[in-house]
Amino acid sequence: MYTQTEIIKDTTAIGSEGELVINVGPQHPATHGVLHLVVTLNGETIKNIEPHLGYIHRSIEKMCESLSYRQFIYVTSRMDYLSSHINNLGSAHCVEKGMQIEIPQRAKVIRVLMSELTRIASHELWLGAMAMDLGAFTPFFYAFREREMINEIMEETCGARLTMNYIVPGGVMYDIHPNFQNRVKEFVKQFKEKVTEYEDLVTNNIIFQNRMKGVGVLSTEDAISYGCTGPVARGSGVHCDIRKIFPYEVYDTVQFEEILETAGDSFARYMVRVREMNQSIRIIEQLIDNIPEGDFQAKTKAVLKLPKGEFYSRVETARGEFGVYIVSEGGTTPYRIKFRSPGFSNLSALNHMAAGSKIGDLMATMGTLDLVIPDIDR
Amino acid sequence: MSNEEIKEFFTTEQPSATFDETGEWLTILIEPANWKPLAQKLRHSALHIDYLFCLTCIDWKTHLTMVYHLSSTTHRHTIVIKANLDRAHPEIETVSDIWRTAEFHEREVYELFGVQFLHHPDLRRLILTDDFEGYPLRKDFEDPINMIKL
Repeated sequence: MYTQTEIIKDTTAIGSEGELVINVGPQHPATHGVLHLVVTLNGETIKNIEPHLGYIHRSIEKMCESLSYRQFIYVTSRMDYLSSHINNLGSAHCVEKGMQIEIPQRAKVIRVLMSELTRIASHELWLGAMAMDLGAFTPFFYAFREREMINEIMEETCGARLTMNYIVPGGVMYDIHPNFQNRVKEFVKQFKEKVTEYEDLVTNNIIFQNRMKGVGVLSTEDAISYGCTGPVARGSGVHCDIRKIFPYEVYDTVQFEEILETAGDSFARYMVRVREMNQSIRIIEQLIDNIPEGDFQAKTKAVLKLPKGEFYSRVETARGEFGVYIVSEGGTTPYRIKFRSPGFSNLSALNHMAAGSKIGDLMATMGTLDLVIPDIDR
Repeated sequence: MSNEEIKEFFTTEQPSATFDETGEWLTILIEPANWKPLAQKLRHSALHIDYLFCLTCIDWKTHLTMVYHLSSTTHRHTIVIKANLDRAHPEIETVSDIWRTAEFHEREVYELFGVQFLHHPDLRRLILTDDFEGYPLRKDFEDPINMIKL
């Protein structure tokens, strides 16, 4: 047993005979953030992986205890910054649940459209970064070409490209930009043409498939036991899409499939995400011409007060189930708030998935977990 | 499974448990000493509660409350288990061997609230540095340098 500080000082003294301890990160190109993995190797075989977290821990939960119910939404964008809309949505939902605010239909549809655009943008970034981790540089530019279009749509309507803060308790902050519908339709058209390029370039690439198939296998039981959600669990055949199980907003009125793969390896997780993008496009197509007229925000008081009690809301982000647990004492700020982040639980399965495989496969396994470090550290 | 069936399970297994149905899900308050055998039964009985999706702690200034959000992936019912702990010596058995996700969540609660999880396989700090003093998510924690409170 060793402590966190010791291991950074001296990595040679810990491993037993024939074992080598290496630090992957905190600054490593494939961790895409400050994640520190202490990997124990025997030759090239991984014996143990120990994540050390907290390099960007900001104690968001404590911070939220002194922020009002309107203010704390802004902090949630800074957790999983690639799914910021959906984080905002989960938090706004929890407040609306507590105050029993009925939000207008128009706001609901806008929220779903924004969530799905975010999901595509997040998966695009993951696809590019994942391929780059495995040594293919071109897919990164392909993926960012489409992602840029989404960012521009977001910029026009929300005023930001990453931390949107657009979804607020009661609806959305302001109405959609007049260009919004046309630009989204243009994006959908272009995306459908371009998505086949990913198939040719990445999915059907035999080198890519050999690197991904049979790597980092996670069984269905283990996926549930480790609390994995999102594409990680769906790649192992767990029916866990919150949009299907506990539909929120207008997800119960649109047609889409929950993508399930059964292999449980890295390639299955890859396929889930690629096919999920097509489902998101399907949802957008159904809604984009049917945004109902009306208010984009319900009438709410300037100062929000939640009744005494406990409220929990669950939404499906690009990475899995995001939960917001608010304990209220009846005041204007939460007494205690807990964010159940999908990345934290998904990361806990990494040791189980990668132990016994070769160090070269670690990035193929870790990449498909789609970790966003601020989401894990909070 | 309905709340009534779950309640029936608890009244036979755990007569001291008290129920609260005011929230969204059935909340059951249990004695911390009974938690481990009860957790095993929840996991392996007909209730088939196999998914622990949220584990956290609340500081009520007089005592700490452990909160476990559990659900079943087959029956789709959700329950909330609570256990009150002594604030001076908070101790509870680990459930990381029943739900593996608890291992990381318990390490987080251990360092942020100071709860000791008995028989945890690897109870060390996960997020904070080794020389950090105090339990940041407790209500009486004050840090004059890195102010978290606004």
